[in-house]
Amino acid sequence: MKPIVIEARDIVTRFGDNLIHDTISCTIFENEIYALLGGSGSGKSTLLREMIMLQTPQSGSIHIFGENITNLSLQQAQNLRRKWGVLFQAGALYSSLTVGENIALLYNEYTDLPPNLIHELVKLKIDLVGLPAHTIHLYPSQLSGGMIKRAALARALALDPKLLFLDEPTSGLDPLSSRQFDTLIKQLRDLLGLTVVMVTHDLDTIHHIVDRFALLGEKKIIAEGTLNEVLMINHPIIDYFFQKEAHGIQG
Amino acid sequence: MKSSAPATLTIVDGAAYHILQCSGAWTLHTLAVVAQTLESFTPNKPLQWDIENVVEFDSSGVALWSLYSRKFSKQGFSSEMIGDREEHQQLYHLLYPHHNEETPPPIHRSWLYRIGRETHHSFQGTERFLNFLGEAFIVFLYSLRHPSTIRYRSIGSHIITAGFDALPIIAVSSFLIGVVVAFQSIVQLQKFGADILIVDTIGISLTRELAPLITAIVIAGRSASAFTAQIGAMKMTQEIDAMKTMGFHPYLFLVWPRVIALMIVIPLLIFFADIVGIFGGMVIANTQSNLSYIEFINRLQGALPIRHFIIGIVKGPFFAFLIALVGTYRGFQVSLNTESIGLFTTKSVVNAIFLVIACDALFSILLTELKL
Repeated sequence: MKPIVIEARDIVTRFGDNLIHDTISCTIFENEIYALLGGSGSGKSTLLREMIMLQTPQSGSIHIFGENITNLSLQQAQNLRRKWGVLFQAGALYSSLTVGENIALLYNEYTDLPPNLIHELVKLKIDLVGLPAHTIHLYPSQLSGGMIKRAALARALALDPKLLFLDEPTSGLDPLSSRQFDTLIKQLRDLLGLTVVMVTHDLDTIHHIVDRFALLGEKKIIAEGTLNEVLMINHPIIDYFFQKEAHGIQG
Repeated sequence: MKSSAPATLTIVDGAAYHILQCSGAWTLHTLAVVAQTLESFTPNKPLQWDIENVVEFDSSGVALWSLYSRKFSKQGFSSEMIGDREEHQQLYHLLYPHHNEETPPPIHRSWLYRIGRETHHSFQGTERFLNFLGEAFIVFLYSLRHPSTIRYRSIGSHIITAGFDALPIIAVSSFLIGVVVAFQSIVQLQKFGADILIVDTIGISLTRELAPLITAIVIAGRSASAFTAQIGAMKMTQEIDAMKTMGFHPYLFLVWPRVIALMIVIPLLIFFADIVGIFGGMVIANTQSNLSYIEFINRLQGALPIRHFIIGIVKGPFFAFLIALVGTYRGFQVSLNTESIGLFTTKSVVNAIFLVIACDALFSILLTELKL
């Protein structure tokens, strides 16, 4: 059994009168690519936001690397945050900084490395995510959507996190770029030993690189497991999501 | 999470090589010391990196190795590796798939070039504003011929948000201006025993100059910024593009309702500011030189010719026109990045206040020449 990286137990989330999560639980193991799936409004992004401490659930607990994130001191929370990288849906690159500065910011804040090594690392990360070398000097407003995603991934990978959160990594990319992005994430997982948690709608991504996933719907987690395990279950939402009768994915 | 010994580097001088004995975890947070050592090290013979004892590498460890072995090879000393494993090779190939190249930063232009470019930009800015004005007027003439296209409901809602909602702040600021002017004048006037002239001072200065100016400046700060931010946000979410594709002219829907609403509302606000400002002066005249309210108002009727009041009110629509047009124009200039919304909101308030003051100065000169 692989070690557990994230364990969410009995999460309840509500916005006002609107119940989003009704005691849901899921477990994410080390070195796996785990996806949160579900229709719009199923609360998958909310669950992700709760894992990265942008929101707190009304009740329930989330343990990441064995620490209960709902109950941390400021310093503990800071230390924990440095162990993961987050790729936001729209990139969220700081628009006043160049791509290079966006990445270098983290090194400058959190390490004592000499400037030429930081520069080397920035170039390396930019190359790693498949961006041309000159993007280091460009501002986010000068990049295309796909390049912003890659630059944001480079920033998320800056501190060599062991855990990577991706919010719809392939949305807004063309199919070819999406598959390249998938391959990149899989390679990074294999070589850097990452654990990847993503919110996605992309059936190809689920088919090709996702190891296990949770399908959210009706305020619950309807199914959790590998694709084959989930496809065995008979549930209208699963049928709908994977279009079992139509041209969708077969187990 | 593994927690392992920090990265260390010992340099041993062999016969033919410097042997760099590496050990510990070569990961981001422990590498600073090693990096300092390598930074200050100058080799004089080839190097051997012994990485047998390194328990963990991450990308910064690999980058460190790559950076300094390149640096040393530039100085003429080759590097070779002992004790490397398959996984190190894989990581290296993942991180350095291409030849590592340096791209020069964009060229820094000379000051002469920058002056030229800024001048050119400011001329272009003027041209763009004139374009905006021209197109806005064409749309306006069109809407005059087709009165059904005028957005009455929208005008109404802007009258409430830009006008009615501004009443408290206008009241407070004009009351205080009345108080300040009365205080300052009364001290001087008392020296001549001419306390009663406070009525003339307050009446004329407030109605003709101060109330219109204060109102316009408050509205410029309040509404020009709001207009820019509203339209800018719509531009960022592509709402403006959506309007265009549906055939709704954005100037008709977004510019003119704001302009017309402000042109209606600012004269009314000036009238309101006149009353509150004069009341502020009255309170001070009453407390400081025992001039009763009745006396003050009696004197005011004789001392304040109606033309001062009218001049004050007439300035209103002109100020309103400038404030609303600048605010909306800057809104349309917002581009798709988050910084520009702040930039153009600032610009719109600064421009609006400047234009209001410039317009007021123009009025002053013109009316003095006309002996009004």
